[in-house]
Amino acid sequence: MIVKIADNITSPLGFDTATNYAAVLEGRSCLKPHEDKWNVPEPFMASLFEDGAIAKRFSAIGGNVHKYSRFEQLCILSVALALKQVPHIDVASKRTALVISTTKGNVEALDSNYSGPGNEYLGYSAQMIAEYFGFTTTPIVVSNACISGLCAQIVAMRGIESGRFDTIVVVGADVQSRFIVTGFQSFKALSHEECKPFDINRQGLNLGEAAATVIYQKVEGENHNCWMAMSGAIRNDANHISGPSRTGEGSYRALRAVLEGVDISQIGLVNVHGTSTPYNDEMEAIALGRMKLDKTPINTLKGYYGHTMGAAGVLETVLSMHALDHGIVLATRGYEQCGTSIPVNVSAQHRNTSAMSFVKLLSGFGGCNAAMLFKKGGAA
Amino acid sequence: MNWVRVRKDSVVINGNMLATESTGQAMLKEVYKKCIGDYPKFFKMDALCRLGFVASELLLQQESPRVVNTEHRAVILFNRSSSLCDDRNYQETIQDSDNFFPSPAVFVYTLPNIITGEISIRNKYYGETLFAVLKQFDAREIHDIVCEAFLDSMTLDVITGWVDCESDDDFEACMLLVARDENNFTPEFINEI
Repeated sequence: MIVKIADNITSPLGFDTATNYAAVLEGRSCLKPHEDKWNVPEPFMASLFEDGAIAKRFSAIGGNVHKYSRFEQLCILSVALALKQVPHIDVASKRTALVISTTKGNVEALDSNYSGPGNEYLGYSAQMIAEYFGFTTTPIVVSNACISGLCAQIVAMRGIESGRFDTIVVVGADVQSRFIVTGFQSFKALSHEECKPFDINRQGLNLGEAAATVIYQKVEGENHNCWMAMSGAIRNDANHISGPSRTGEGSYRALRAVLEGVDISQIGLVNVHGTSTPYNDEMEAIALGRMKLDKTPINTLKGYYGHTMGAAGVLETVLSMHALDHGIVLATRGYEQCGTSIPVNVSAQHRNTSAMSFVKLLSGFGGCNAAMLFKKGGAA
Repeated sequence: MNWVRVRKDSVVINGNMLATESTGQAMLKEVYKKCIGDYPKFFKMDALCRLGFVASELLLQQESPRVVNTEHRAVILFNRSSSLCDDRNYQETIQDSDNFFPSPAVFVYTLPNIITGEISIRNKYYGETLFAVLKQFDAREIHDIVCEAFLDSMTLDVITGWVDCESDDDFEACMLLVARDENNFTPEFINEI
């Protein structure tokens, strides 16, 4: 089995998973209105690190802030804290790999006013991060829009399953910038308020910054009390490059693939994308309905973190694991009243559960959708 | 195993040179008009998608009958420059506050995986779509990732290759269609294209 042996969440809510979990349990969020930030003409609501916060932390672990971009520093911080939990891992081994999930990496370097280190090439950033830790295998950057974080985990699963690697470090991250914020504004996809996932009054998404890391390794059997990555699938809507399918086609097919032969009553949670745009949440409700998962508890974490893009798939997987470890299905912050044509089992309150398996679902531009099934070892 | 290679001044299909009169973007348009012609969305695409679209069409024209409407075919592409060609175009629209005109039609192409979506939409492929960025062309890495993609039992064949667009007129694509049981798919074969 492929199991998670370490993890980290680095976000404006905190620099490790436990701090993040505690903050979310208290219902906290760093979503704030920003005016004049990065000279963006229109105000926006987002979950951002305080100015200088990443660099301060990075300096504290001995990192050179003049050598690494903000994006690279964020990735390194998250990976460093995850690796610290598993000091026996040989990072330099040919059997250890690094997979990076990001949508825009260091895109702010394209701005003619950019004065930071590094450049805009994702491969360059990947090399910088890999060399910092001493990885010797080629780092892969998975850049598959908003589903990148699941695609990266699926690529990692396969790399271990095929026997090519023993250990894979997956880090997902994105920092926000004038580039990304104005782009989403031009799409009219942003909400001026805190987002309201699956709610009847939802008006759009909030953007967020974060990094998250998960380290996978192969172990024999299921008697280990670790979270296992059971299966993963990526499917396309074949419909539109920027609009979700009205039939939830790709999400439904991805869910169908990962749940093949699985007793759906054992699934304690579907942690969905839930960006809070009118179309995304409606599409997911339709896909869940088609898969007969509309009675299964679902949640989304966008109300705490905003949409953290390349980080989302990893962050939301890790936080869901920690919540289920504590017997909790986390509340969907921002949700009040059902606003999808197919009612789904979503709640504004934390709920208790004894379930030890869940599905993570994401969808993104380019018509892409991904799902993964996770199960805790030792569980029935 | 069918393959195509498109460079800024040449198009080669299964080893045979396609006669072209122009270079760069003009050549992509020339090939579109001469060999494709029935998909006006082509003209809305950014340079990376035009490149990938032309390559995929030329590749799929070699297939008989042409497979459409399937979940069994994946599209897994790689490059070095991500979507930077369109990213630079978008940056120009927001660089100056006095000359600020961000456009969703430009922004949507600032993701490299959009080309995998364009190919899926054109052919009604519901299978896996994946885009990965490497520091440089690496046939071994491409080979290994594609072989591992067959661990998804739904996937019976994969459109894969390198689709890199550094600028409007500086690009390179090689694309091939790999079946699950294809023995000739090796890093050496990818290198020779």
